[in-house]
Amino acid sequence: MPLRASIMSGPLVWLASLLTLLAVWLVAAALTDPLILPGPLRVLEVVGREAASGELFRHLGVTLYRVLLSFVLAMSLGVMIGLLMGLRPKVDRFLDLWLVFFLNLPALVVMILAYIWLGPTEVAAILAVMINKVPNVVVTVREGARALDPRLAEMARVFRMSRGQILRHVVMPQMAPFIAAAARSGIALIWKIVLVVELLGRGSGVGFKLHLHFQLFEIDAILAYALAFIAIMQIVEWGVLRPLERRASRWRHA
Amino acid sequence: MSALDVHIRAKRFGDATVLRDVRLRIADGEVVAITGRSGIGKTTLLNIIASLDRSFDGAVACDPPGGGIGYVFQEPRLLPWRTVVENLCLTAAITTSEAERWLDAVGLSGQGGKVPGQLSLGMQRRVAVARALAIRPAILLLDEPFASLDQETASELRVLLARLLAEHRTTTLIVTHDVTELSGLGVDIRQVSL
Repeated sequence: MPLRASIMSGPLVWLASLLTLLAVWLVAAALTDPLILPGPLRVLEVVGREAASGELFRHLGVTLYRVLLSFVLAMSLGVMIGLLMGLRPKVDRFLDLWLVFFLNLPALVVMILAYIWLGPTEVAAILAVMINKVPNVVVTVREGARALDPRLAEMARVFRMSRGQILRHVVMPQMAPFIAAAARSGIALIWKIVLVVELLGRGSGVGFKLHLHFQLFEIDAILAYALAFIAIMQIVEWGVLRPLERRASRWRHA
Repeated sequence: MSALDVHIRAKRFGDATVLRDVRLRIADGEVVAITGRSGIGKTTLLNIIASLDRSFDGAVACDPPGGGIGYVFQEPRLLPWRTVVENLCLTAAITTSEAERWLDAVGLSGQGGKVPGQLSLGMQRRVAVARALAIRPAILLLDEPFASLDQETASELRVLLARLLAEHRTTTLIVTHDVTELSGLGVDIRQVSL
């Protein structure tokens, strides 16, 4: 690749994109009432203030905990149900209607019902997030299970591999790209749902803080919490999910 | 009793009867070649013997009962995400050093650390032969072992199989659509046409 092209497709483009975004923000903020749209420096100042008081990390931590817990639960349950539906046509036929129902059930309805039926508790919050995410995981994993190579399954049967071995060494490696796809879209969806769940019925977390600052009309704090959380989720994406995905598909590049 | 006694009264796929009144007895240590044109049910017969296909009218008896079946499929069917040695260890339940010895035996010394995608089809088929023999099978099934190989590679594999069959004296059933492929295997082969 020519040098110019390689620079333009690399970090320089990313930097140019970031600087343009900041410039647009700066100009828009300069033209607007700072109470309506504060500039990047003001938002950074609020991030610093909230971080120094410990509030930022406390609420980020709580939200991150809720995101990770509901993510792990939704992925585990979704992978199990998706595998069952993909591998057992009878189970698939039985649960397909349920899947369609839950896929089309608005997230907000699940949250409201969970809070009404279980009270505004931690369990209700996690359950509501989980119920919203599980159907998406099921759909992706079911596709993966349907695409499993039957020839490898036959080979495993002939060579009398145990069920555990088949699951670990034959099924899961084929499922890895589908599970990785479900995980990546899952984390993006879950953290957005968690914020709404917190906004509706929790007394801690980024969603709660956004609600609080919305009522106080403190847009600088709303942007500060939003940006801090986006940064954390990007660290999870680049530091955890992408390396895991690369590892799962390493053999394909051999 | 024969090492393998197969009696298939009928095997159907929908309305089509693929195998009818197939009777096959193989003595211990015997090498039998099933020949016949493509689509006549040769692979179906192997799948029935390997218990991969149980929906047929008839019976298959092995001596000893429940003895292992070493199946070399037409496609090598190796786990693409595992190295060659790991493939052997996992599927044949053997140690790494045993797997290395089997790779030596099929002329693949030093290739154990590669994943199947880094090997040619001929080499992958050798790994599949090693895997099938490594379980010390009561019956060895070979489905078109020379298909899709160039002449030189097929000839090398023939020499290797001839040596291994003579060495291990495993009861073997080879399926092929081309009788000429069997020449040069060097062992006494009884041919049965389907």
